[in-house]
Amino acid sequence: MNLELVLTYAIAISLLVGAIFALVGAIGLLKFNDSMTRLHAPTKVGTVGIGAFLLASMIHSFTFSEGSFHELLIMAFLFVTAPISANFIAKVNIHCRSCDTPPSPPRDDTWSTLNVPEADRALAADAKSTAKS
Amino acid sequence: MAKAYRWLLPHPLLTILLAVVWTLLQNEISAGMVVFGIILGIIIPWGTAAWWPDTPQAFHPTRLIRYILIVLWDIMVANVEVAWIVLTKPNAKLRPAWIVVPLDLRQPEAITMLAGTITLTPGTVSADLSDEGHSLLVHVLHTEDPEAVRDDIKHRYERRLKEIFA
Repeated sequence: MNLELVLTYAIAISLLVGAIFALVGAIGLLKFNDSMTRLHAPTKVGTVGIGAFLLASMIHSFTFSEGSFHELLIMAFLFVTAPISANFIAKVNIHCRSCDTPPSPPRDDTWSTLNVPEADRALAADAKSTAKS
Repeated sequence: MAKAYRWLLPHPLLTILLAVVWTLLQNEISAGMVVFGIILGIIIPWGTAAWWPDTPQAFHPTRLIRYILIVLWDIMVANVEVAWIVLTKPNAKLRPAWIVVPLDLRQPEAITMLAGTITLTPGTVSADLSDEGHSLLVHVLHTEDPEAVRDDIKHRYERRLKEIFA
C-alpha cells in the first residue's frame, strides 16, 4: 500500500464526511418549522461540511500537483463572515417578531434590535395600523 | 517617535495578517510579493484607521492559538451532537431556548470574537447584544438545562477571551 493510495482514501473519506454533514444540514433546514431553529442547520454545513470538502481539496492538491494553501484562506474568510450573516438573519427574526420574544436583558433596558428610537415609534405604530386596515 | 509609529502603524497585528494573507493568495513565496504584501499591510490599516480608532491595549497571540484549537475541537464535537439531534429528535420534542449571557468583556473586539465563536459552534447562535452591551442574547437549538449552557459559554470561551485581551 503506497502513500498515494492512502491519501486517495483520505480524500474519499473527507468528501464523504463533508457530503454527510451537508445532507444533514439540508435535512435540518427542511425539518425544523420555526425560523430561529432553522437558522441552526446552515451553521453546521458552514463549518465541518465545507471544512471537510476543503481538506479533501487540499490533500488532493498536495498529492497530485504542486499543493495549495488557498483552502486555508477560504476557511478563514468563511469563519469570519458566516457568523455575521447568521446574526443578521437572527436580528431580522427578532425585528419582525417572527420568533418568541426574547427575555429582557438583566442589566440594560432592552436588546439593541428592539431599541426603537423615540422619533421612530410613532412611525412604526402608523405602519402597523395601516397594515391592519 | 511613538506617536509617529502609531500614526503609520495603527494596527501592527493587522499589518502582519494582511501581509501573510497576501502571500498565501499568491500560493508561492517570492520576495516581490512579500514586499508588496507588507506595503498593502501598511496602507490598508492606515487608510481604514478612522473606522477602527481604539486598538486593543493588550493581546496575546499564543493564547489565541490555544483558543482557536479548543474552538475547532468544540465545533467538531458539537457538529456530531447537532447532527444527531437533527436526525433523531422529532420537532415536538425539541426544546429551543433563549439564553442571556451577562458579559464581563468590555472590548468590542473581544465581544465580536465571543459572538462569532458562539455562532460557529453548532447548536448555538448569538442573536443580539443589549443596548449598552452588557449582555449577549443566544439562541439554543435544544437544551434541557439553559443555565448549564450559559455557564459553559462563560467558563469555556469568555474566560479564555479575557485572558487573550488582558
